[in-house]
Amino acid sequence: MTVSLNQYSPVKFSRIYSLGAARGDLVVTNDDVAGPIDSSDEWIRQRTGIETRRRASRELSLMDMAVEASQEAIAKAGIDPKDIGAVLFSTITHPFQTPSAATLLADKIGANPAPAYDISAACAGYCYGIAQADALVRSGMAKYVLVVGGEKLSDFIDPTDRSISFLLGDGAGAAIVGPSDVPGISPTVWGSDGSKWDAVSMTNSLLELRDGSAAWPTLRQEGQTVFRWAVWEMAKVAKQALEVAGVKAEDLSALVTHQANIRIIDELAKQLALPDSVVVAKDIVKTGNTSAASIPLAMHDLLATGKVKSGGLALEIGFGAGLAFGAQVVVLP
Amino acid sequence: MALSKDEVLAGLAELVNEETGLAADAVQMDKSFSEDLDIDSISMMTIVVNAEDKFGVKIPDEEVKNLVTVADAVNYIADNQ
Repeated sequence: MTVSLNQYSPVKFSRIYSLGAARGDLVVTNDDVAGPIDSSDEWIRQRTGIETRRRASRELSLMDMAVEASQEAIAKAGIDPKDIGAVLFSTITHPFQTPSAATLLADKIGANPAPAYDISAACAGYCYGIAQADALVRSGMAKYVLVVGGEKLSDFIDPTDRSISFLLGDGAGAAIVGPSDVPGISPTVWGSDGSKWDAVSMTNSLLELRDGSAAWPTLRQEGQTVFRWAVWEMAKVAKQALEVAGVKAEDLSALVTHQANIRIIDELAKQLALPDSVVVAKDIVKTGNTSAASIPLAMHDLLATGKVKSGGLALEIGFGAGLAFGAQVVVLP
Repeated sequence: MALSKDEVLAGLAELVNEETGLAADAVQMDKSFSEDLDIDSISMMTIVVNAEDKFGVKIPDEEVKNLVTVADAVNYIADNQ
């Protein structure tokens, strides 16, 4: 007797339905962070492009920001949270080894009992999430997927660190991905290079903290190594993403890179030889570097301020600790 | 054919000028990139990557921190062409 086994029925296309955003409640100026690193407002602006970064007060948690961003995205998508088939939370600052932040988020936003898990891909996390959401929707495994990139990086910084801490901010961005009649998310170019595992990392492990041999772990980076990789290697990835998407730079409405540092953004844009018609997202100027949250926050800002229109194409590219990277072209929601 | 150190210096000075706007004749062998020419680490890396293209050399990340003076860079490039 032959047994017939059911498999998921795929749908052809997926797209991003909506975005949501939440930023830290504090506006932290360069003057606020310059003292411990013996720097100045001018020095920080010139070298990073940052004028202010948004950070969360002690009372505002990573989960609070994730819930706020998610609820906005769900409302704008006009879907019932019960129809969310998976919750993916990209973060490196959820302060519990387990359980995941995603399961709690799913419960708080009314998506319980959706499958939910965290993605640890640092600044590439949101693009990893969109890649997985696209696959889950098109395979038929989930009707709608909530992707959140959220960080409270201010819990993991050292005010005296000159390599990265002064760049960092807090926030959460959310996207609803669902089925579509037309293509809305290109194939993703993604990967990692663990040979540069130390280039962006924590100062030490939690085990060393436990044993008393090290302090609370905070973020550090080797700026030059990261800069070279983020510009010249990521330019190759960005060009590959355009190629697999079947579009040209002039077809884009926007380039939304991980908001790492204005000089990485500017140099990467230069390497891509973008025409003037392509808007380059620079949310870093006011928000700072929010790791996994930075791409959805920057895209949300472009749409909210009318710099780009729904229906246009955006190349989004995330890159960071791992080193991990991901890029895809999406139709703006 | 390998370039002379003078030729490397002239080419490097052009790259410094493109990145920073600094006059090419300010780029002299005894000058320190950071102390004398006020070139920060990110501009330095841009110059390094452009130098790799221009001179056909490979300058690994771990080597960049050893390039303190213009002479360090000229010698490295000349020796590794």
